[in-house]
Amino acid sequence: MSEEAKAAVAGEATNAPEAAEALLEVRELATHFRTDDGVVPAVDGISFSVARGETLALLGESGCGKSVTALSILRLLDYPPASHPTGAVLFEGRDLLKASERELRRVRGNRIAMIFQEPMTSLNPVYTVGEQIVEAVTLHQRVSRTEAIERAIEGLRRVQIPEPEKRLANYPHQMSGGMQQRVMIAMALACDPDLLMADEPTTALDVTVQAEILDLLAALQRERGLAMLFITHDLGVAARVATRVAVMYAGRIVESAAAREIYARPLHPYTLGLFRSLPRMGRRPGRLYQIPGQVPSPLEFPAGCRFHPRCAWADGRCRVEAPRLVEHRARHAAACWRTGPEGLPPIEEDEA
Amino acid sequence: MSENALLEVRDLVKHFPVRKGLLGRTVAHVKAVDGISFDVPRGKTLGLVGESGCGKTTAGRCVLRLIEPTSGQVRFGGTDVRALRGEELRSLRRNMQIIFQDPYSSLNPRMTVEGIVGEGLTLHKLAKRGERRERVAGVLERVGLSADAMDRYPHEFSGGQRQRIGIARAVAIEPGFIVCDEPVSALDVSVQAQIVNLLMDLQRDLRLTYLFIAHNLAVVEQVSREVAVMYLGRLVERASPEELYRHPLHPYTRALLSAVPEPDPETGRERIRLPGEVPSPINPPPGCPFHPRCSEAHAECRELRPRLTEVRAGHWCACLRVGGIAEKPGEPAPPSPAAATEEEPV
Repeated sequence: MSEEAKAAVAGEATNAPEAAEALLEVRELATHFRTDDGVVPAVDGISFSVARGETLALLGESGCGKSVTALSILRLLDYPPASHPTGAVLFEGRDLLKASERELRRVRGNRIAMIFQEPMTSLNPVYTVGEQIVEAVTLHQRVSRTEAIERAIEGLRRVQIPEPEKRLANYPHQMSGGMQQRVMIAMALACDPDLLMADEPTTALDVTVQAEILDLLAALQRERGLAMLFITHDLGVAARVATRVAVMYAGRIVESAAAREIYARPLHPYTLGLFRSLPRMGRRPGRLYQIPGQVPSPLEFPAGCRFHPRCAWADGRCRVEAPRLVEHRARHAAACWRTGPEGLPPIEEDEA
Repeated sequence: MSENALLEVRDLVKHFPVRKGLLGRTVAHVKAVDGISFDVPRGKTLGLVGESGCGKTTAGRCVLRLIEPTSGQVRFGGTDVRALRGEELRSLRRNMQIIFQDPYSSLNPRMTVEGIVGEGLTLHKLAKRGERRERVAGVLERVGLSADAMDRYPHEFSGGQRQRIGIARAVAIEPGFIVCDEPVSALDVSVQAQIVNLLMDLQRDLRLTYLFIAHNLAVVEQVSREVAVMYLGRLVERASPEELYRHPLHPYTRALLSAVPEPDPETGRERIRLPGEVPSPINPPPGCPFHPRCSEAHAECRELRPRLTEVRAGHWCACLRVGGIAEKPGEPAPPSPAAATEEEPV
């Protein structure tokens, strides 16, 4: 291990160097699921932080644990089958994992709001949009109905829905997917939260609509100093919204850095593989790079580094000993034995 | 007209009736596909891109006659597909297959993989009972699955593996042409790369012709010999990917390309904003269907419908503001370009 790597491990606050300013700080969070086939370690000891005004993108493919992470933070999973999350989730210094159900209700939807991929499944089809936003407001804040309606109109205007007064009377199905997602954002922001957790909020939308929603989120964030935890599988979307990026693989964070840094200089073989396998507009390499094999089943995660069976750099140590997330460059951490400040060593690749 | 076009589509129209009331009176039509023409050269790929509701999936299904077109022509290897009935249609279907977007819902959960992949072989009497297992094993291996997958059921496989099963089903009966309808949209990035590579390998080895329908512009660029952009049931632009992505001409294509998030935080690319939403295909705007959202629209755009015009060599655009000509009412479609004049196998 290099000197700086050792120092970083000793410091331990590898990917949360500004813990003092962090609005949300997650430490060694772990959530397991009990299934008939065994225990699934969906999230397996991850740590990160989100500061006010910044966006952390949690990037990963299906099943990597990114959504379970968000749900664990607000303790929204049913248990059983989920285990009670272990570790710590410090929100303004208070541990949400130890909070009472009553305390939690004051945080959920109020201080920490959440939006999901499918607006249609989150909106109630039998109530008008107006009724739903008014409910979100009155649930958390002592305001009169008239005032709540005023706020709902203001909320719709803020998410750039034309003619908000008229739209209040609409049912969700009378709106397009993009408009529904705007309504969801308006509801999420109705109580002026400090943190917005967005789980693939634009994945179901067309690319032109997605661009509008991402612009809207960025503008709202600037206006209100909102912190965002943005969960996505899309490398392009993460590049557009994130201040920092944490890449997840098989229940663990494998790399974390400022967005510019990670895209310019990925240190982990999985991150590198993801970047290289993505087709890019204006470049036709002929054949796409492939990460060999497939994501392992969470019931049988490999020993050592969970990526080692698919990794061209893996050696004996990778097969037995799990690497920790270690800062190899300033504020750039990776969980890999083979990488270093200069990135991965060159190897002979038989197939690109 | 290109001589080696395997598929020729002319003025394809599909209007779905909107019925209302007790008697189911037709009160309007959804103009899902509203007069499109294209060729797909043998052994090549035409990428058809557009956003939800633009009609790209309907167009693909009309080509296979999974949906009956309202009007227009579809010729496959010179045969008028719309004139075929019964046995003739069945034998044509042997040559035309489809791969669906969702590998979870497009495979029968009660059938084994052998049953799914081998069904076509039995149906078209392409394999005797004794040979079928062997043929299926060969196809599975070709798509990167092991032969012991044969006796298992779809739910035992991951999304990527299921899509391989869907591909095996399509190629098992050795078709010449496959409609790939969003074949990688439901897949993760790393799986997507594997499937895209597989489709390209199969095309090369089996001399397949693809109509590749997708909303992901980067994937379409990767696989296509030519790309056509659809908006509200019409083709608005068509060119080689090199040309289209570097020099998009139609205002809609330009906005669409600018909206794609680049996996690079340093790109300072300017996004072209589109006001409003896509209008309803029940009552599309007169003139150019894009004019209400177009920053460059003039008075004529509100009245005249532009036709797809070759404005540069091999680059077709339906816009009056970039060299396009207006369609005259009742005019037949313009001849299609000879898409495959040069080598460059894709």
